[in-house]
Amino acid sequence: MAKRIEVSGLHAYYGGVHAIEDISMTIEPRSVTAFIGPSGCGKSTFLRTLNRMHEVIPGARVEGKVMLDDEDLYASSVDPVAVRRVVGMVFQRPNPFPTMSIYDNVAAGLKLNGVRRKSQLDEIVEESLQGANLWNEVKDRLGKPGAGLSGGQQQRLCIARAIAVQPQVMLMDEPCSALDPISTLAIEDLIGKLKSQYTIVIVTHNMQQAARVSDRTAFFNIAGTGQPGKLIEIDDTSKIFTNPEQKATEDYITGRFG
Amino acid sequence: MSSLTTPSRAASLGSVSLGRKIKDRAVQGLVYLAFALALIPLVSVLWTVVGNGAKRLDADFLNHSMNGVSGRDTGGGAYHAIIGTLEQVAIASLIAVPIAVLTAIYLVEYGANGRLARVVSFFVDVMTGIPSIVAGLFVLALWLLTLDFGFSGLAGALSLTILMIPTVVRATEEMLKLVPNELREASYALGVPRWRTILFVVVPTALTGMITGIMLAVARVMGETAPLLLTIFFTKAINTDPLSGPQGSLPTFIWEQAKDPSQNSIDRAWTGALVLILIIMLLNLVARIIAGRRAPTGR
Repeated sequence: MAKRIEVSGLHAYYGGVHAIEDISMTIEPRSVTAFIGPSGCGKSTFLRTLNRMHEVIPGARVEGKVMLDDEDLYASSVDPVAVRRVVGMVFQRPNPFPTMSIYDNVAAGLKLNGVRRKSQLDEIVEESLQGANLWNEVKDRLGKPGAGLSGGQQQRLCIARAIAVQPQVMLMDEPCSALDPISTLAIEDLIGKLKSQYTIVIVTHNMQQAARVSDRTAFFNIAGTGQPGKLIEIDDTSKIFTNPEQKATEDYITGRFG
Repeated sequence: MSSLTTPSRAASLGSVSLGRKIKDRAVQGLVYLAFALALIPLVSVLWTVVGNGAKRLDADFLNHSMNGVSGRDTGGGAYHAIIGTLEQVAIASLIAVPIAVLTAIYLVEYGANGRLARVVSFFVDVMTGIPSIVAGLFVLALWLLTLDFGFSGLAGALSLTILMIPTVVRATEEMLKLVPNELREASYALGVPRWRTILFVVVPTALTGMITGIMLAVARVMGETAPLLLTIFFTKAINTDPLSGPQGSLPTFIWEQAKDPSQNSIDRAWTGALVLILIIMLLNLVARIIAGRRAPTGR
């Protein structure tokens, strides 16, 4: 299921603002790639270009190439809606649909795309909740509102919702930054489990988290306010955290700035 | 923390100056006073209407028309007017609500401050300010005089539609704007197209507020008199067909009865007012129950 992502010469803009400049990288399948860097350096923007969510914001646009195996996501014939079915996303703040039950939240992506068969839905909902390590906690109250769960459970519900549509790639934008350490641990365990099936990209401000969960780490930086964000380097996580090529990476990781 | 527990610090934390206490009390008093003042007209209206209207609120009033009843006679009722009002407001809502809700969806979800959205928004504001009699005159001039249709409940409904659209657009727009963008993005990220996102995520989340807004608009137009006088004309008889012929309505019934100097007519006018208030209350109640059942939970 997992696919390789190859980005080359990618620029992203918000109206006249050049947000990220000339990014090229390869993201390996069945692995976790972490994006780290100071606030405003374009990590989240870059993440959102990988499933064409960037262009949802009025005035935002992208230049460059993103290849998912051998398909160009930005080819003119590609439907952005179809891209997002293949490349799923989990957001910083848990955002279950407030009008829907736990069951309906997980089934939302399928139902809204026309899957109606109850037996099929039941099966996928259970599978997805199992996959998100949430099934045992909610199996007796699937009909209860999703917004009634705790923050950590809501975030796992959002992950279950994302995997229910069976994507190939999972993008996570600081998925633990609104959670307590125990919920964070639960999500990190889950990431470790999911990587056997998906290509996972995670943005995080927590360097320990990047070191714990990721196989490869990309460091982004910004030359100054108003400047576009750039990719400084990407390498195996162990190498980035022990012996980075670039001075800026070392300074950031050792806490000399940022 | 330890310095906070020393006696001198505790004393300075504990006391509120007298001046602040007095100000606090004074403002609190003013707020309660303002609340009481705002309640006076409401209670007074309800008191008077119930007091004067309860007398004739009987079965005769609810199932008889004024056909063959003159001003001085006792008896008679508002059946024709109740039917008329319900039909006219139902037709007006059927026309106005879809147009208004779709307009609001366009403004919030698609317009994105574009030129067309700004123009539409401007005209909605202009429409909000139209005096109701002008809406009646417009329908009179266009529907009755130019297109040559006769007086009818439908003509009345059209004038009410003009009054309903801007209020519903504004209320719906505000409610849609309150839906967090994160929910739209969550839906897009699942590969759900925009129109399905709007239909199955955005609108259900805003539905409670939208229904409240629609009910307020319904309540408002239900009491409109001026545009109806020009469009449905007047009849004492039951006309259940809103498409042709003059029709009654509660506001015009009240107006007609209140004009007559006979006490029997004036009693009927009060009861008409009471029935109008009751219908509006009932509709509000039903809408609230429906909306409450589907409201977003948690958070």
